[in-house]
Amino acid sequence: MIAEVTAALALRWVIGLALVAYVLTGGADFGAGVWDLLARGRRAAKERALIAHAIAPIWEANHIWLILVVVLAFTGFPVAFAVVATALHIPIALALVGIVLRGAAFTFRAYGLQSSDLRDRWGRVFAWSSLVTPICLGLVVGGMSSGHIVAEAGVVRSGFVAGWTSSFAMSVGAFTLLCMVTLAAVYLTVDAAGDGELQEAFRRRAIACEFALGVCAAIVAWRASVEAPALFDPLVSGPAAIAVHGAAFVAATTTLVLLATRRFAIARVTAAAQVAAVVIGWGLAMDDDLVHGAVSMRDAGTVGTVVEPVLWVLAGASLLLGPALVWLMRVFKHGRSDAD
Amino acid sequence: MDNLLAARSQMAISLGFHILFAIAGMAMPVLMALAQWRFLATKDEAWHDLAHRWAKGTAILFAVGAVSGTVLSFELGLLWPEFMRHAGPLIGLPFSLEGVAFFFEAIFLGLFLYGEGKISNAAHLACGVGVALSGTASAVFVTAVNAWMNEPVGFTLEGGQLVDIDPWAAFRSPAFPTQALHVVLGAYAAVAFVAMGIHAAALRRTPDIDGRAGRMHRHAFGLALGMALVTTPLQIASGDRSAKHVAANQPIKLAAAEGLFVTQSAAPIAIGGWPDAETRTMNGAIEVPYVLSVLATGDPNGTVLGLDAAPRDQWPPLGPVHIAFDIMVGCGTAMLAFVAFAGWIWWRRRAPWTSRPLLLGAMLASPLGVIAIEAGWTVTEVGRQPWVVRGVLRTADAVTPMPHVELTLVGFTALFALLGVVVVVLLRNLVRSSLPKGRR
Repeated sequence: MIAEVTAALALRWVIGLALVAYVLTGGADFGAGVWDLLARGRRAAKERALIAHAIAPIWEANHIWLILVVVLAFTGFPVAFAVVATALHIPIALALVGIVLRGAAFTFRAYGLQSSDLRDRWGRVFAWSSLVTPICLGLVVGGMSSGHIVAEAGVVRSGFVAGWTSSFAMSVGAFTLLCMVTLAAVYLTVDAAGDGELQEAFRRRAIACEFALGVCAAIVAWRASVEAPALFDPLVSGPAAIAVHGAAFVAATTTLVLLATRRFAIARVTAAAQVAAVVIGWGLAMDDDLVHGAVSMRDAGTVGTVVEPVLWVLAGASLLLGPALVWLMRVFKHGRSDAD
Repeated sequence: MDNLLAARSQMAISLGFHILFAIAGMAMPVLMALAQWRFLATKDEAWHDLAHRWAKGTAILFAVGAVSGTVLSFELGLLWPEFMRHAGPLIGLPFSLEGVAFFFEAIFLGLFLYGEGKISNAAHLACGVGVALSGTASAVFVTAVNAWMNEPVGFTLEGGQLVDIDPWAAFRSPAFPTQALHVVLGAYAAVAFVAMGIHAAALRRTPDIDGRAGRMHRHAFGLALGMALVTTPLQIASGDRSAKHVAANQPIKLAAAEGLFVTQSAAPIAIGGWPDAETRTMNGAIEVPYVLSVLATGDPNGTVLGLDAAPRDQWPPLGPVHIAFDIMVGCGTAMLAFVAFAGWIWWRRRAPWTSRPLLLGAMLASPLGVIAIEAGWTVTEVGRQPWVVRGVLRTADAVTPMPHVELTLVGFTALFALLGVVVVVLLRNLVRSSLPKGRR
């Protein structure tokens, strides 16, 4: 039997990687919804059709990553889960409303059983909820990292607005949204292969987003240094965190070069690597804490005897899930399959 | 409204809403895959149309099920943080398995809905079967969690903490096999009845409908009726098994369901009526002697525990549990009567869809299974009160300290009501679009 601490750490990495997978797939689907919202002018209909076509077959599978994150969180770290669900009740509830409206509205629009007027209205709901949900999810992450949540023996003492209402958390909300929007723009350059005009439009947007992301990252770092020093210090001083953030910077620069030279398929990979590095860097900066300053790994209520079989189950399942996911992506996302 | 009642209401509404889509996610893929298989075997395009339409319906229902299920997984923490703090590790493994099954379901559904022509016919059909299998598997895993809440095992209670936790505890709960079987068969039967009723309505409205559209509705009616014929009697048998299990293992739940205040042999079954907890009497019920003893023990003189076996503060709300139980049993009995009638008609004449009384009966019987599921869920959930984990953790001790839960209750209720209305409209439009113009 592996030691309790090892099991908890392994599970934390698994949750972290599931979160990375969610941001890279489900997050990009939200980002695509934002591009639906921003579609204007004579290209708007074509852009919306491209976005719908790109995410329709895969968004539900992508969404499951979030469910996996939640389930593994309460399985392995029940005290942390209870604290987060209590202290961040409000942004979580708002995110849920957004998740429900996004998924339902997208499906209602996709199946064409109503007048085009009503379908357009569902399109609006889909687009707006795609904008609001990532911000709320970012507020949750910001709240968890802020150090403003106070818990004694796993009981929240800081009320229901601490942390997520700070300007630091809001900057994280904006940053989260921007990450997803950037990813979507880069991905859509690949999906738009075959339509030079659309591809060009998303290329310009992706480049603009990369610069905006850099500015937003600086704002997040500034707010962290002021409001969340406990997060900021390891963010800039831990060797692992620095390495990961350096990797994110290199990936961002590479993405820009690739976009400038129109090598979209590789840009998709580097953009994904960039955002993955950001998420992992955040996890490393959280150090030993799950809710900064409130719940650490040691008092998260982990039961080693439970975590171990869960990890084995996941390892076994991934032998089948991995190929199935690859198959799904190959059928719908492989190269120029959209040309047919 | 106090917070506990608001939280319980929000959970009940979320579950009651989600379960409709969950059962559709289990049973519709079975129908959809069967139709696709018939198409590949017969090359009859009407089967293909049917597979398409059922797949469209499944996609809409699955999407709403996926997002309402997400709400539930968060609500466990939002509404019941103390429950999750203590029970999280105990229910983690079945929930992890459920997450995996759900993943497969979403992947296979994406491939089934959008992959035809991009992958081989055999692979496409296999994806349909995969959706059906993983949908049912995820329901079984979630039911394990509920079974564990009803009959918790696999831990030691030490100073209010659960220790020595067995990760597989949920699957070792004695309630698990009977409850899982009852849930799965109930879902199949309920969805079969709804599908049958919808296509019966289409056939009644256009009895002269011909060609592909006519064949499609007849295929649909026949397939759904076939599923109802197989699953309904099995579900009644599983219900009998459940009753005996609950009588032996959760006697207070059965006593509440029957408004049985006093432990007795040769116990009567109470049909209708309202149990009064203050006076400890059952008012206005039709009582049929011996029947409850037979149901609970298999022996007309068997002893059935009454509510007097538990202290008053451990009784669930009696009226709702009793009424819900009667509704469930009543619907189940009516469904059994319908399939007996339908089976007889089908045996007598080879084309049951030509019998207008049968079509009318199918339309009227259409909601019975869904009503039975909602009622049955009420029996098992409300009947477990005041406990969230029976005998271990009280619901009142598990609730969130967050004030004003009534606000999220109102918000999510409105949201679910909106989605419910839209789904009904979309499904109605889906059926209507298959009928000839002017007859919609």
